[in-house]
Amino acid sequence: MMGLSQSGLQGVAAVLATIPLQPPAASSIAEGVDKLYYLLTGITLFFTVLIFSIIFYFMVKYRRRSEDEVAPETHTSMFLELSWTIIPSLICVVLFVWASALYVRNSRPPTASTEIFVIGKQWMWHIQHPEGPREIDELHVPVGVPVKVTMTSQDVIHDFYIPAFRVKKDALPGRYTSLWFQPTETGTFHLFCAQYCGTSHSQMIGWVYVMEPKDYADWLATGEKTESMAQQGSRLFTQFGCDSCHLSDGTGRGPSLAGLYGKPEQLADGETRVADESLIRQAILVPNSVHVAGRQAIMPTYQGQLNEEQMLQLIAYVKSLGSQERNAK
Amino acid sequence: MSTATADIHDRPPESRVNYLNANYGIKSWLLTTDHKRIGLLYLGTITFMFLIGGTAATLMRLHLVEPQGALLEPETYNKMFSTHGIVMVFFFLVPSIPATLGNFLIPMMIGARDVAFPKLNLMSWYLFITGCAFALVAILSGGVDTGWTFYPPYSSLYSHTPVVVMALGIFIAGFSSILTGLNFVVTIHKMRAPGMTWFRLPLFIWALYATSLIFILGTPVIAITIFLLGLERLLHVGIFDPAIGGDPLLFQHMFWFYSHPAVYIMILPSMGVVSELITAFSRKKIFGYSFVAFSSLSIAVISFVVWGHHMFVTGQSVYAGLVFSVLSFLVAIPSAVKVFNWTATLYKGSISYQAPMLYALGFIGLFTIGGLTGLFLASLATDVHLNGTYFVVAHFHYIMVGGALMGYLGGIHFWWPKITGRMYPDMWARVAAVIVFVGFNLTFFPQFVVGYLGMPRRYAVYPAEFQVLNVMSSAGASVLAVGYLIPLVYPTWSMRYGPEAGPNPWRAAGLEWTTPSPPPTENFEVPPIVTEDAYSYPIKQPREYPNAPGVARV
Repeated sequence: MMGLSQSGLQGVAAVLATIPLQPPAASSIAEGVDKLYYLLTGITLFFTVLIFSIIFYFMVKYRRRSEDEVAPETHTSMFLELSWTIIPSLICVVLFVWASALYVRNSRPPTASTEIFVIGKQWMWHIQHPEGPREIDELHVPVGVPVKVTMTSQDVIHDFYIPAFRVKKDALPGRYTSLWFQPTETGTFHLFCAQYCGTSHSQMIGWVYVMEPKDYADWLATGEKTESMAQQGSRLFTQFGCDSCHLSDGTGRGPSLAGLYGKPEQLADGETRVADESLIRQAILVPNSVHVAGRQAIMPTYQGQLNEEQMLQLIAYVKSLGSQERNAK
Repeated sequence: MSTATADIHDRPPESRVNYLNANYGIKSWLLTTDHKRIGLLYLGTITFMFLIGGTAATLMRLHLVEPQGALLEPETYNKMFSTHGIVMVFFFLVPSIPATLGNFLIPMMIGARDVAFPKLNLMSWYLFITGCAFALVAILSGGVDTGWTFYPPYSSLYSHTPVVVMALGIFIAGFSSILTGLNFVVTIHKMRAPGMTWFRLPLFIWALYATSLIFILGTPVIAITIFLLGLERLLHVGIFDPAIGGDPLLFQHMFWFYSHPAVYIMILPSMGVVSELITAFSRKKIFGYSFVAFSSLSIAVISFVVWGHHMFVTGQSVYAGLVFSVLSFLVAIPSAVKVFNWTATLYKGSISYQAPMLYALGFIGLFTIGGLTGLFLASLATDVHLNGTYFVVAHFHYIMVGGALMGYLGGIHFWWPKITGRMYPDMWARVAAVIVFVGFNLTFFPQFVVGYLGMPRRYAVYPAEFQVLNVMSSAGASVLAVGYLIPLVYPTWSMRYGPEAGPNPWRAAGLEWTTPSPPPTENFEVPPIVTEDAYSYPIKQPREYPNAPGVARV
């Protein structure tokens, strides 16, 4: 009997020992987030133990000893009230500043980031590399290089979540969101959809493969030969007749798009917006809503004619025009 | 129970005319305008809804024992967590304390004969059961699979389930909340007994007052939101789906503008109950009365400006994130103030440990953990990782179940003798309280860990490495279920066989304890006049009703 229960206990202990307490930390963001997490855990433990101990102490010390016992009156102490208002406030200020500084830093991708484009759809992740290769539910990235992920959704709201990198962002229909990470170790990590998206939400998962840069270059090279996103966008640019107005020398009915990406544009409604992915997308789908000041609103809408993938390719092409111009200078 | 029972036995409660035996028959209940009877109508209704929500939860936890899912198709699982969330939030927790104990106690605690608008009060219940009926129709015709959050465009254009019927149920039940809130606010303003000044009000009243403000100001927004959702779903008017010209985040802003304050609709009344229980069972004046009272109001006010913390990862601007983060930290302060004041109330008290007190102490412990883990989610950098994972599930269950539900059960046990005139067996109640506390922690603590490891919520199947923690959680849930079933048995038993309670079995302060149990229909045989602050302990002469302290007789 004794032996049985002992081996039983050992079995339980063995199972408990297999529970990981920390997810893999595999990006440059993870360490900072984990430090803050441990600080918060420490604060939680401290106050939980404090409150529980005081309550237990009082429960025992001041237990009722007779039915007619009379508790002495105690008076509210302004000193105590102020201390337990001010001390938690100060702790909150420290936490807020710490967490916010980290968040601001974590939300700004380095300018030299590699780009990846993601389209979420029920129920898979469609991933496109600017160089051309496409993947489903798999993402190959090189270690040690900052990667910026720009994403959208083709249907409902999804959420792109890589726990090992401590990054997460909603993929929304009709707009672009982005996140970035810099993997710090090679390996295979979970990719999850973290926003409920329907029947097979829990199967909208995949793997992130972090590779040595050389392996990554090999991986890019060995896949089936495809055109780059910009090249595909260039063909779409002709196919949809964009090039009949947007002549590259600026003499067409529409403006030249060279150097457009990243430029602040003064819109007809007085607002100034930077020509980023979202603005270019909006200009293609609902041109009148963002037409540039001083120009006639004559561009037709392309609503319903382009899918999300083609849209990303067109944007990649417009971006490539910008870099060409910068190179020319 | 107390030493006081002997002479009360000479006067069985049934021998007097009280609100329960004043008249008989189904009609006398269905057409009643007595706030006490209406409170009991709600009690029956929400207990029924709780069993439905609880059944859904049980099936979920059973299913999650295996990574590939032990029981249900993913689609069915999705319907289970949606049913669980919708029923528990909209049809149990939101009405729980306000509609049952609030209805029963507010007039009694302030020395009034009834609420300000008794007929409106009955109408509120009819609206509520109409809402419940729609929800039941939606559940019986297959159930919805949108989650309780109804995020479009999934809910508006993609889900193939009876979303509109369910939404209509929530819409209608919402009017019950609005009218109940209105009724309470007017009652508390206009119907207080002579001498019952604002700062003599029991803290339960302050908490319900703050809750009522949220009912009135917040609920119309969810009604509008749900209405617009129905409009998009039925008529394809583009409001939320960008494919037809809408904005999917607009829904989330509107939804959380109500649903975050709704968290405080659920927890504030429990805080009010706990203030009553801690004082009664330590026979002490509350420590820092005005701090506890005003913390309720400041929680209610701040709760309206923190909704964006549900949206830190939706791509809302960094600056919006910073503002919502700082405001979310701000709401932690009044919550902390309450916990410290309750703890300090115990100091030099005369503490006894009947079942209601065990629930109250359990509340403080679990609410402390729930509140502190909220800091992880108010902190922007950690929220990015934890948002949408089981960490969030664990956190809000510590608040809503560990907090709100413990307070509700504590309150039901505390006022049960007043409601029925009978005592339940305290031993059973204590055992149940301990089982609930242990089972709750076993269920939800592992979820903090599995959430930090990265397991997203609402997953019908999950990677095998999360299995051990999920099995632990499911095992805990079975303990918890036992803890919840026991209190369905002995109170029912006590209604017939329990010893008579007498007017004040706990020797507690408060006007409701100065009147017989069960109270007469008009609550007080003579309208009370209040001459003392709340919680004027000790109560010296529990037996010599009607000469209870704090009340001078005209």
